[in-house]
Amino acid sequence: MALIRAIIKHPILSGLLAVTIGGIVVLTLIVAFLDQIKWVLSDQFWFSNILSLAIFGGIMTAVAYCILLERKISAWIQDRYGPNRVGPLGLLQPLADGVKLLLKEDITPGHVDKALFVLAPFMMFVVALIGFAVVPWGGTFRWPWMDADATPLVAQVASIDIAVIYLLAVGSMGVYGVVLGGWASNNKYAFYGAMRAAAQMISYEIPLGLVVLTAVITVGYLLPVDHAMDCLRLEGAVAAQAPHAASWTMWVVFYHPVAALLMFIAALAEANRAPFDLAEAEQELIGGFHTEYSAMKWAMFFLGEYAHMITSSAFMVCLFWGGYHLPYCTWLSTDESALAMLCRIGVIGAKIAIFIGAYMVVRWSLPRFRFDQLMRLAWKSLVPMGLVILAAQVLIVYYGWPQWISIVVNLGVLVLAAIASLTNAMPISGRQQSLLIKEKAAREKEYELQHAGV
Amino acid sequence: MPASDWKKTDVMNVDQPTLTTAERLYLPQIFGGFKTTLRHMFSVHVRNKKVIQYPEQRRQLRKEIYRGVHRLNRDDQGRVACVACFMCETACPAHCIHIVGEESPWQDREKYPVQFDIDELRCIYCGMCEEACPVDAIELTPEFHLVGRSREEMIFDKEKLLMVYDRTKDEKPRKNPRITGY
Repeated sequence: MALIRAIIKHPILSGLLAVTIGGIVVLTLIVAFLDQIKWVLSDQFWFSNILSLAIFGGIMTAVAYCILLERKISAWIQDRYGPNRVGPLGLLQPLADGVKLLLKEDITPGHVDKALFVLAPFMMFVVALIGFAVVPWGGTFRWPWMDADATPLVAQVASIDIAVIYLLAVGSMGVYGVVLGGWASNNKYAFYGAMRAAAQMISYEIPLGLVVLTAVITVGYLLPVDHAMDCLRLEGAVAAQAPHAASWTMWVVFYHPVAALLMFIAALAEANRAPFDLAEAEQELIGGFHTEYSAMKWAMFFLGEYAHMITSSAFMVCLFWGGYHLPYCTWLSTDESALAMLCRIGVIGAKIAIFIGAYMVVRWSLPRFRFDQLMRLAWKSLVPMGLVILAAQVLIVYYGWPQWISIVVNLGVLVLAAIASLTNAMPISGRQQSLLIKEKAAREKEYELQHAGV
Repeated sequence: MPASDWKKTDVMNVDQPTLTTAERLYLPQIFGGFKTTLRHMFSVHVRNKKVIQYPEQRRQLRKEIYRGVHRLNRDDQGRVACVACFMCETACPAHCIHIVGEESPWQDREKYPVQFDIDELRCIYCGMCEEACPVDAIELTPEFHLVGRSREEMIFDKEKLLMVYDRTKDEKPRKNPRITGY
C-alpha cells in the first residue's frame, strides 16, 4: 500500500504508470477489435473520415511549427539564434506560445460589432482549413491485409470533380475573415487594412485564375484523351505529371516556368504575406485588420494565415511541381503498397515545406510594396503576362502543336517584359509620369506667384 | 529670408533618376536581396561569434565609462561625500534628482544632504550629474540589472545609493578619492 501511494505521489513515476496503463489498455483494445479496425481502415468512407482527422491534427501541428520556423528563419537571417529556451533547440516553443495565448485576457472592445467580431477569426481559420479536403496526399494504395485485386483506397479526404475550382473559391473566401474583422473592429486602421486586403485580393485573383487555367489546360493536354476530363481534379493534375519513359519532362513547371513564378507571386498576395502584407502593415496601420484582436482570437487569425500558406503551397505543388511524384522514381508513382503511400505523403510534405521556407525567406528579404506599386504589378505586369501564356497554351491545345512551344512562349514573355521596360522610363520612386509633370508645373507656378510683386 | 528674395538661380529643380531595366524587371534585384539574406542565414560562425546568451554569458562592459545605476560615494571616513551643492539637480535634464540639504555636522564642509532621491525610472542615464559634481560624489556604475516591483521602489534614496557604492566599489573604485581640503 505504502509503495503504491509513494508511486502515485512521485511526479515522474506516476506519469510513467499512467502512460503504461494507458498503453496496455489501448493495445488490448486494438488486439481485441483488430478485425473491425482493419475493416474500418479498408472502407473508403471511414478511411476518408479518419484521414481528415489525422490531417487536421497534422496541419495544426505543422502550423504551430511553421510559426517556430518563421521565428527561427527571421532570426538566422538577422544573425540571431531565435527561440532556443523551451525544450531542446526551442522545439517546445509552440507549446509555450499556445499556453500563453490561451491564458491571455481575451478583450472584446466595447465599440465593436460583437457577432462579426467573434465570427471573423473563425471564418479565416475554417476557410483556410477546409481547402485540405481535396489535396491528394498519397495516391491510391492497398493495406497489406487487403486482397491484391481489391479496389485500392485513395489517400485523400474528398476526391471531387472540381477540386481546382473548389480550392480557388475557398482560397478567396479567406479575405472574408480579414474584411469582417476589419469592419467589425469599428476602427479606422482596421478598416483601412480590410479595404486594402479586399482590393488586393480582387486584383490578384485574376492573375492567379489565369495561371491556374493555363496549368489546367496543360494538364488536360498531357493526360491521355480518355482521362482528359480529370484535369480539374487535383489527383488528375498530379497523375498527368507522373514520370514515364516516353517523356523527358514530367512536371508542368518545366513547360510553364514563368507561369509557376506568377502563381507563386499571386499566392503570396492571396495569403497576405510580405511583400504584399499591406492589410497588416505594422508600421502604418498598427497591425491592420487585427489591431483590436487579442489572445486566442488573434491567434486564430495567425493560424489561419499559416494554414492558408500551407493550402496555397499544396495547390502549387499539385498543379505545377508534380505533387507526390519525383523524376525517375517510377516505383514511387506506381506502387500500391501502404509504404509507398507513406513515402508519397513524405514527398508532397517535403515539397510543401520547401515552399513554406521560400515564403518565409521572401518575407524577411523584401520590403513591402506601396499600394500603387502593388496594383501596378498586378494589372500591368502579371495580368498581361498571364494572358499571353494562357492564349499561347490555348492555341497549342487547339491546333495540337507540341507542348514544348510553351517553354519558348514563357521565356518570350520575360523578354517582352524587358523590352517594355526599356521603352518607358520610370522615376525611381515609381510615381506616375503625369503626376510628376503636374507637380513640377505647380512648383513653377508657385515660384512665379511669389515673384509676381517683385 | 522671405520667399520673394529668392533669385531664379537659387532654385534648382532636380528630376528623379529613372529605374534601370534590371530594376524595373524586379527579378534581378529580388535575387540580389535573397543572396544577402541567405548568406546571413547560412553563416553559422557569424552567429556563434556575435550572439551572447545573456543570463549565462555576459558582455564585457567598459566599467570605467559604463552608465548604469547611480551611486553616492563615501569619503575616507565612510561619510557621504556629497556636499549638497545642487549642481547635479540643476544639471539633470530629466529632473529626476531631488536633494534636501542641511548644515553639516562636520568641520570640513558647510552642507550635507539629509535627503538624496533619484528616480531611476525618470533618469535617462546621460551622466550629466557625474559631470556636474564638483566633489565626484555621484557616479554611474556598471550595474544594469535594475528591477523593482513598484514605482516607489525605483526611487532610490540616500541609503540605497550608498549601498550601491558599497556593492560596486571593488568593481569600479572611486575616481578621485581625495580632491579637496575645502
